[in-house]
Amino acid sequence: MNSEDAYITGCCIIRNHRVYLNGTLQWEADQALGLSEFLRAGYDRFSGQYPKFHKMDALSKLGWLAAEVLLQSTDVHTLPPETVGLVLSNRSASLDTDVRYYATVKDIASPALFVYTLPNIVMGEICIRHGFKGENTFFVSDTFDAGLMSEYPATLLAVTPLQACICGWVEVMEQQYEAAVFLVENKQRGLAIPLTAAALTASYQQDI
Amino acid sequence: MEKLMADLKAQIIEQLNLQEVTPESIGDDQPLFKDGLGLDSIDALELIVLLQQHYNIRIANPEQGPEIFRSVRTMATYIQANQTNKA
Repeated sequence: MNSEDAYITGCCIIRNHRVYLNGTLQWEADQALGLSEFLRAGYDRFSGQYPKFHKMDALSKLGWLAAEVLLQSTDVHTLPPETVGLVLSNRSASLDTDVRYYATVKDIASPALFVYTLPNIVMGEICIRHGFKGENTFFVSDTFDAGLMSEYPATLLAVTPLQACICGWVEVMEQQYEAAVFLVENKQRGLAIPLTAAALTASYQQDI
Repeated sequence: MEKLMADLKAQIIEQLNLQEVTPESIGDDQPLFKDGLGLDSIDALELIVLLQQHYNIRIANPEQGPEIFRSVRTMATYIQANQTNKA
């Protein structure tokens, strides 16, 4: 598939308590906040009215918040649900929650934590929120793999019914976190940047 | 009974992380699931854990769950009955 057939139409970066949408700083939180407080403040700032957010683990909250910001000014919701997919990746899978869940099994295992002992649950939470029913894939790698995140979604757009795909990186381990999510589509709109590894890398590296 | 129901409301909010809910906003007879407080199946498991952790009560028959967890009042009634039976 040629890059002319797939485009980066949106980009949300969340790191260092800052939220960027399409390269523009949207919000900066108090740097003294812990991750939990930052995510809650982000929820209040960009969403609200979704009580299930509070039950999610930190990985799901971060990915959910990034998707919330990414999609706020798009019309991706008008696409058929089965044509919107997700391809995400990170370094620690669900280890942050796994560790806390393991601590509970010494007493009474927490059902609420057990729900989040798979990294792909973050994609499920995003799909539930937005009604997406397309293909989901979650990769684990040491670092953000721009090559994989350009080629795999581009292939999905070319050979499957997908018309749009949220792809990128959502990582949480203890207080360390980072989200870099992109909306890629087979339509030239929004940012309309041809989907290449170099373009993803350039967007990913903002504010580093 | 009133004290027990007040305690339960606070414990439910804490255990289920219902950050948008206050104890005062939960009615004694308000349904906990579906159109009431909107709890789901995972929340039901958390309520079972709550009974075990806070009141040392294990539900012997899972089929009793829907009736026990219908409202804060039915939970309190079940706790009182089982604590009385144990005494």
